[in-house]
Amino acid sequence: MHTPPMDGAQALIKTLADLGIEYVFGYSGGAALPIFDALETVKTNMKFVLVRHEQGAVHMADGYARATGKPAVVLVTSGPGAGNTITGLMTAQMDSVPMIVLCGQTVSWMLGKDAFQEADIFNITQPVVKHNFLIKETNDLPRIAKEAYHIATTGRPGPVLIDIPKDKSQAPFTGTFDEPMDLPGYHPEEALKIDQSSVKEAAKLIAQAKRPIILAGQGAMIARADKELLMLAETLGCPVTTTLLGKGVFPETHPLSLGMLGMHGTAYANKAICEADLIFNVGSRFDDRIIGKPHMFGRNAKLIHVDIDASEFNKMIQVDVTIKGDAKAVLSDLLPLVEKLPTTEWLEHLDTYKKKFPLTYKKQGGLRMQQVIDEFYQLTEGKAIISTDVGQHQMWAAQFYKNDSSYHWLSSGGAGTMGFGFPAAIGAQFACPDKTVISISGDGGFQMTLFELATAAIHKLPIKILILNNSYLGMVRQWQELFFDNRESGVDLLGNPNFVKLGEAYGIKGWHIRRPADVTRILQQALDYNDGPCIIEAECIKHENVFPMIPAGAALEDMITEAPKHKMEKPTGST
Amino acid sequence: MSDRIPATTDKKPSPQADIINIHTLSVYVNNQPGVLGRICNVFSRRGFNIESLVVSQTRNPRFSRMTIGISGHPEGLHQIIMQVSKLIDVIHCQEHTDRDAVSKEMVLVKIAAGPENRTEILQIVGHYNGKTVDLQEDSLICLLSGNTDKLDAAIRLLSKFEIIETIRTGKVVMARGLTDT
Repeated sequence: MHTPPMDGAQALIKTLADLGIEYVFGYSGGAALPIFDALETVKTNMKFVLVRHEQGAVHMADGYARATGKPAVVLVTSGPGAGNTITGLMTAQMDSVPMIVLCGQTVSWMLGKDAFQEADIFNITQPVVKHNFLIKETNDLPRIAKEAYHIATTGRPGPVLIDIPKDKSQAPFTGTFDEPMDLPGYHPEEALKIDQSSVKEAAKLIAQAKRPIILAGQGAMIARADKELLMLAETLGCPVTTTLLGKGVFPETHPLSLGMLGMHGTAYANKAICEADLIFNVGSRFDDRIIGKPHMFGRNAKLIHVDIDASEFNKMIQVDVTIKGDAKAVLSDLLPLVEKLPTTEWLEHLDTYKKKFPLTYKKQGGLRMQQVIDEFYQLTEGKAIISTDVGQHQMWAAQFYKNDSSYHWLSSGGAGTMGFGFPAAIGAQFACPDKTVISISGDGGFQMTLFELATAAIHKLPIKILILNNSYLGMVRQWQELFFDNRESGVDLLGNPNFVKLGEAYGIKGWHIRRPADVTRILQQALDYNDGPCIIEAECIKHENVFPMIPAGAALEDMITEAPKHKMEKPTGST
Repeated sequence: MSDRIPATTDKKPSPQADIINIHTLSVYVNNQPGVLGRICNVFSRRGFNIESLVVSQTRNPRFSRMTIGISGHPEGLHQIIMQVSKLIDVIHCQEHTDRDAVSKEMVLVKIAAGPENRTEILQIVGHYNGKTVDLQEDSLICLLSGNTDKLDAAIRLLSKFEIIETIRTGKVVMARGLTDT
């Protein structure tokens, strides 16, 4: 059969479409011209979304992946276009999110000569990607695109970048599409070969436990081990706490759920960790937000760590048993080896903590962010996809929007990237057009990527854009109040726009909420409006703090559940 | 690695030398641009300094062998090896000690020497199975090879003469017996 001649860019686009890529989020530019042209000339089912800033494109691909587990493609030009992807790449890399980023690049013979819009993006991005490629031969494009997809989506997922000199994308393609991948140093299939002796050792430790707790992280979600996790918890009669990114992998409304642990986790989850005699960690990397003081964490407990990435073992804390592998495979192997534990007393004990330290907020004395989130939770019955930004609202959303299923909670955990939430919600709404997607941001973070209002409006995405406005960088202000004698420095967002009017400029519908009594009515109106995005600007009280709180670097035992009466020491841990 | 270090300080241990060991890693990698940078990123981020580095193509030209001497706290070394191992371009990475591997390096020593002290220098070099590779009216270059301790000892003896510069290759290691390195 005769096929018309193709150039490298066309071969690349065809390969990506054949891999099942649905969306390309991008921003055009000179060095990427051949690839943009190929989007028009190659007939595929891929849809291109023009964003307003490259960072927005990367967060959209990120949100798409966090809502589906599948990668999207980001396409940007060289130099500043590529440079603007860095924050998004770092965000994805920290949270193990798959994506493929294509960067145009100057022609190969100009590389390293300070050509117009040349940036050494291959070297610049190395620390913030799972892997990256610089194209040297046009005919390598299909193979490398397949390798990029494979690397991004298998093992511990992550972003992969391909830097494509313009002469390579526009040169004739004379190769084949079935050249096999060539990755001699990459063996994700080994994650399914579980060392049975360590599984047996773990089962032995579990059998001896009287106060066990399961700590489930995003690794369990990525492995789609939800069912096995539920079976393990119910078989053992073992309470489960999840990390911020693990929210939803175990239903938070389940009686065995303790909600999220860590710096702003529930008091009962943190107390359970402190008192447990066994901590079974599946797919969490013992992040500093959850362990507090490393040598104090779980010091009375036996620790078991299941992770697909062996370099996470004994990185933060020493554990008793490590099991390397895919969480679903490990749990499947473990389940037949365990049986019910005598945990009735332990669970009753934790229930007293649940009653004594519930998550709560005041409904009097002004509008609180917690109330808006809580009412959104009630109205959507916990079924919406929630995309958050970073700060106080993020922690309250984690506390009050309970997730019962995976891939419904999108939040920048490791990187803590402000400006993430809104574009990530756009990506999620593209991925799940029939689901309710709520973007929850503070007034600070929202202004970092609000330019994507245009993208949401053009595509009539029915995202509920909730802006919890306290005219402050609230989390930083909270720290200044608690640890820096309430000296406010660089936190007052004086001069915020009227966000509803801002939305109007884009043709976006909007509402203000000013009184607690109006919350339900306006949120319901927003939920009923599906002709496009809408903005709900909730004007919240300014001085409210997130509790419980474990000061950075402090032990979980040092958790405070309400505003302290005395001045606190400056925290020793980072941020 | 710098030139003209006064010979007397050549072997003087730094204050941390007792707690910070030098570890030798053998890393088998794809022979491609950028691989070295990826590996160096892992070390520098964790505060490990590269003390010596030897990179060369293997018999199969698509792979390279890196032998890296790094200094840093032994705590965390295993974890760093795992971090290096997970790089896509790394086929494998392991630590070697004198017990499981032979270790050799080479040094060129340039000494300002005329006829009056040449004989004594040549005696020392000969004792260490070295040889003279350049001989001038007022200088000579000798070549010595062996393990690190042997080279240190030879340089210590030669340092009574006026050493102009020394250049060491950094060590290479190979696993003993039939085991692959």
